[in-house]
Amino acid sequence: MYNYQKMENHFDPRANYEKTKKEVSYVPRKEATQKTYDDIGFMSGLEVHQQLLTDKKLFCNCPAGRFHDSDDYDAEVIRHMRPTLSELGEYDGTALMEFKTRKEIVYRLKHQTTCTYEVDDTPPFPINRQALDIAIEISLLSKLNIVGEVHITRKQYLDGSIPTGFQRTAIIGVEGEIPLKNKNVRLIQLSIEEDSCREISDIGHTRVYKTDRLGMPLIETVTYPDMVNPDEVMEACNYIRFLNRSTGKVRVGMGAGREDVNVSCKGGTRVEIKGVAHTKWIPELTHNECFRQWALLKIREKLQSKFADYKAWEMSHGFLDFDMFEITYEPLKVAKDSGEKLVAVNLPGFKGIMSHFTQPGKMFADEISDRLKVVACLEKPNLLHTEQFEPIITDLDLDIIAPMLNAGPDDAQLIVWGPEEDMKTALETIEERCKMAFEGVPEETRKSFENGTTIFERVLPGADRMYPDTDSAPIPLTNEVIDELSKGLPTDVVARYNQLKEWGVAESTYNYIFKRNLFPIIDTISKKHKISPKWLGNFIGHRMKWVEGHFEKGEGFNYEIIEDLLVFLKKKNYNLKLAYKMLPVLYHYPKMELESVLTSIKFKERQQDEITEKIDFLSEKFSSICYSDSTENRIDWIMGQLSRMAYGNMGLENLYQVVKQKISE
Amino acid sequence: MSEDFFQGYKGEALDLLKKYQVRVWGQAEIQTTRGDFKGTVLPRSENDDDKHIVLKIITGYNIGIDTGTVTGMKETGYKKANYQIPEKEFPITEGLPKIKLLGTGGTIASRLDYRTGAVIPAFTPGELYGAVPELADICNLTTDKLFAVFSENMGPEQYKKLAISIGEEIEKGIDGIVIGHGTDTLSHTAAALTFMIQNSPIPIVLVGSQRSSDRPSSDAALNLMHAMTAAGHGDIAEVMVCMFGPTSDEYGFLHRGTRVRKMHSSYRSTFRTIGDIPLATVTRKGVVPIKQDYKPRRKDKQVKIMPYFEEKVTIVYYYPNMQPDVIDALVDAGYKGIIIAGTGLGHINKPLYPAIERAHAKGVHMFMTVQTLWGYTHMFVYDTGRDLMAKGIIPAANMLPETAYIKLGWTLGQTNDPEEVKRIMLTPINDEITEREPYNGYLIYQGGVKEVDEFVRKVHK
Ligand SMILES: [Zn+2]
Repeated sequence: MYNYQKMENHFDPRANYEKTKKEVSYVPRKEATQKTYDDIGFMSGLEVHQQLLTDKKLFCNCPAGRFHDSDDYDAEVIRHMRPTLSELGEYDGTALMEFKTRKEIVYRLKHQTTCTYEVDDTPPFPINRQALDIAIEISLLSKLNIVGEVHITRKQYLDGSIPTGFQRTAIIGVEGEIPLKNKNVRLIQLSIEEDSCREISDIGHTRVYKTDRLGMPLIETVTYPDMVNPDEVMEACNYIRFLNRSTGKVRVGMGAGREDVNVSCKGGTRVEIKGVAHTKWIPELTHNECFRQWALLKIREKLQSKFADYKAWEMSHGFLDFDMFEITYEPLKVAKDSGEKLVAVNLPGFKGIMSHFTQPGKMFADEISDRLKVVACLEKPNLLHTEQFEPIITDLDLDIIAPMLNAGPDDAQLIVWGPEEDMKTALETIEERCKMAFEGVPEETRKSFENGTTIFERVLPGADRMYPDTDSAPIPLTNEVIDELSKGLPTDVVARYNQLKEWGVAESTYNYIFKRNLFPIIDTISKKHKISPKWLGNFIGHRMKWVEGHFEKGEGFNYEIIEDLLVFLKKKNYNLKLAYKMLPVLYHYPKMELESVLTSIKFKERQQDEITEKIDFLSEKFSSICYSDSTENRIDWIMGQLSRMAYGNMGLENLYQVVKQKISE
Repeated sequence: MSEDFFQGYKGEALDLLKKYQVRVWGQAEIQTTRGDFKGTVLPRSENDDDKHIVLKIITGYNIGIDTGTVTGMKETGYKKANYQIPEKEFPITEGLPKIKLLGTGGTIASRLDYRTGAVIPAFTPGELYGAVPELADICNLTTDKLFAVFSENMGPEQYKKLAISIGEEIEKGIDGIVIGHGTDTLSHTAAALTFMIQNSPIPIVLVGSQRSSDRPSSDAALNLMHAMTAAGHGDIAEVMVCMFGPTSDEYGFLHRGTRVRKMHSSYRSTFRTIGDIPLATVTRKGVVPIKQDYKPRRKDKQVKIMPYFEEKVTIVYYYPNMQPDVIDALVDAGYKGIIIAGTGLGHINKPLYPAIERAHAKGVHMFMTVQTLWGYTHMFVYDTGRDLMAKGIIPAANMLPETAYIKLGWTLGQTNDPEEVKRIMLTPINDEITEREPYNGYLIYQGGVKEVDEFVRKVHK
């Protein structure tokens, strides 16, 4: 097993990959049309998670929204997750898989953000009412039917991301609707839940989490699978996120909003792409996932045609001795030195399947490798196979392996290695995944990557994992409470959002604008005084916000002063950009005369001529001090000299034109 | 329709279900002023109000429907499910120790009814094997359900019955006993069994769980494995409590039944040995003694069962300004023995003296223990202490108040002679009084201190 470039074998995995890609009719997203998606039956739904802006966590009194570096912790607690018996007294699929992996879970805690509740040493405190009210408000905005009583439910998670082994969660509303450009998307439900731990690492049999985020209040909005192309999924996602943010009562920033995207193709299975960090990844991810499923169905078709009774399909394996081969492949050398086991597997009828297209840059063999990592805890690279583009198993190696496994010409072989105690699980995992290939698309959750591909994450948990939380009493939601919360709702949030977007106001300002209810001011001023709403929105959303964060507010300041300021500048025919410099002064001394504010920022009124007449002089000066005589540099330098003087007196674009013209004269 | 169809519903909610002929376990479509809801009607918890109907919706969540908002309801289907833990035969393995698990009613292993959230206990060897298959690698298990009471209802009757049953099991040649028990009064039972079962040739291990086994993070399975290991393979033939050592899933402690106490209302590592060090640690690999002076396992069957208990015994937890009528009332009610948990070295205030004298005159046996839990009574140090002893209160050294209560009940079940009572009380059976308190028997370190925080950061405790 050394890097052997020449393949005497006539089978060309690269060609097979390209061929199967065509068979699947894969096209890049840019070339895809609605017909492309209709042909493969694209169907997608969303679970949009949004952290709520509360002071404390959902079920304990720890502060919410404080985060620590992974190495900054006060204590570690070790736990193991044990599957519980399901309704029928059996262990369900996920449970068994997680148990097979026998992970040691380590929680890193910091006293500041973690109490005994998070590590499951104290029962929950009553639910955070602030969080509950926000969730109700957003449910009302999403036109959901609000429940009469909130029942805290436990949802099992055996990956250790929550130390109890379950997430406390509750439904606030069911059956709602959101309007997209061309259609309405139905909502299944909105729930409130506690956030999970953040994973620090997952290597071999140890997974490390930190508990700062654990227990923070979160809502999850779930849509029906009403979206029929990747762009619709993104549109729906954006809508839900904006709607949540419009309340000004949700967290923003990295990780505050996350999506799980469910995708299936015609004849496929609902596969959940978990924790998509950026909305903009959604189209590529859903596109590729739909085609991956389409490819898996193609594989099923091929395998079923080879095996009439596929239930009888069996793989065979044999343990190998490292000394049987000349080993140059580095990971195998390491495995040999650490006393690991080496095993060869024969997959009857899998020739041409291993290198079958699944996703851009990925083939069926990767599906096996991904599972080996998660289920058997074998770090990658964890397998070699007979259809790698750069073959590592040589024909010489095969001469030894094939007879041992009794391999036929239509079979594929692979080699795995790892600690002896993991080999049983590894072999079961390989067989299980191959058998699934006969069935089609396995139910699973997948982890997403920026390049639009996904890898296996977990088996999709069964419905059994929900059960009532015996530690919490139900919370009634009376008509009075709901009516009271309805009163405070921004009634035309959606319209306002769309308006801001249409104006082209930067999205980063929306939260602030809605939180301070500044939309009406932007709307009124821009209409009344004919000021660009885009400029005004950005001015208020960025500059006003910045000023509030950096200066002390003077007595008597209110947002109407912004209108006075802009009217003053317009009347004086000054450039509106002066407002950027004046605002901090005005915020701190709201009663100061606007003229005095101008003086305090050292603004001097100048006529345009006064500025432009300096251009010739400056141009000469440039020639004497600079080596470069490029026109661009010359203009830039002159602009630099004059911009301060021009500020407020003449637009920079205007000045630029004049400079350019004068120089070329 | 009979009442059975409306499990737990009452008042308005019950009327509504009856009106629309919708049963528990029926699939229902409900119209309300807040919109339509669909799901399976679930039983309602008896303690919850009568204004809501519980539905399990299709996504698996439960919700409540406000009866005041309901405008219509229809049952579209009905499916009642019965739940049982499937029995799997517990495999018998040649060469493994024989263990008897005695059930008291506390739930260690269980399974959840996913629809109602009700916990169904697993108890027979078959059920236990289904829930914790690893047990088959540790021992050959048989079980006996002696009674089904909650931990807080365990009392003298149960102590005696347990002691007698254990005596019988020892006679039959069992290798170890495990007792499943709720945690709240686990240490009381452990103390009682220590006094009632003397000179046991085999380990007697009490075990419980702080997190029920329907949770993936439960301590139940590990505690059971540890207890079975200690009972089947350990060399310590005493009455012990086996529970989590640290809060992490690492090892269990074996605590002496007389010196152990539940010290946190919810922590896993709630049981601590007080005023001494634990007997041993236990993992699935075996028992590692910490104390060397334990009573080792023997081959004979020379156990002495002493199932006695006088129920008219009580504990008085002293507080400043306690009035004498409290003591008088107990005497009038016929109490024969009082354990006082006094302040500091074992004190109560002067206004109580006359009441103490009256009690003593009536033959009430009084022993002094300390509220501080750690440390000894020292009634010679101050005059008040000397006064109290003169008035008939006997200092009980470093016996824990609850242990002293159990021991006095057990003693008065045998004799009423003051000298004999005093002799039995002050002669330790298994370290309920120790001659020495080791320096490391009191480790209540405080977080926030640099070296303590460093320790906590490095070691998973
Ligand atoms: Zn907390």
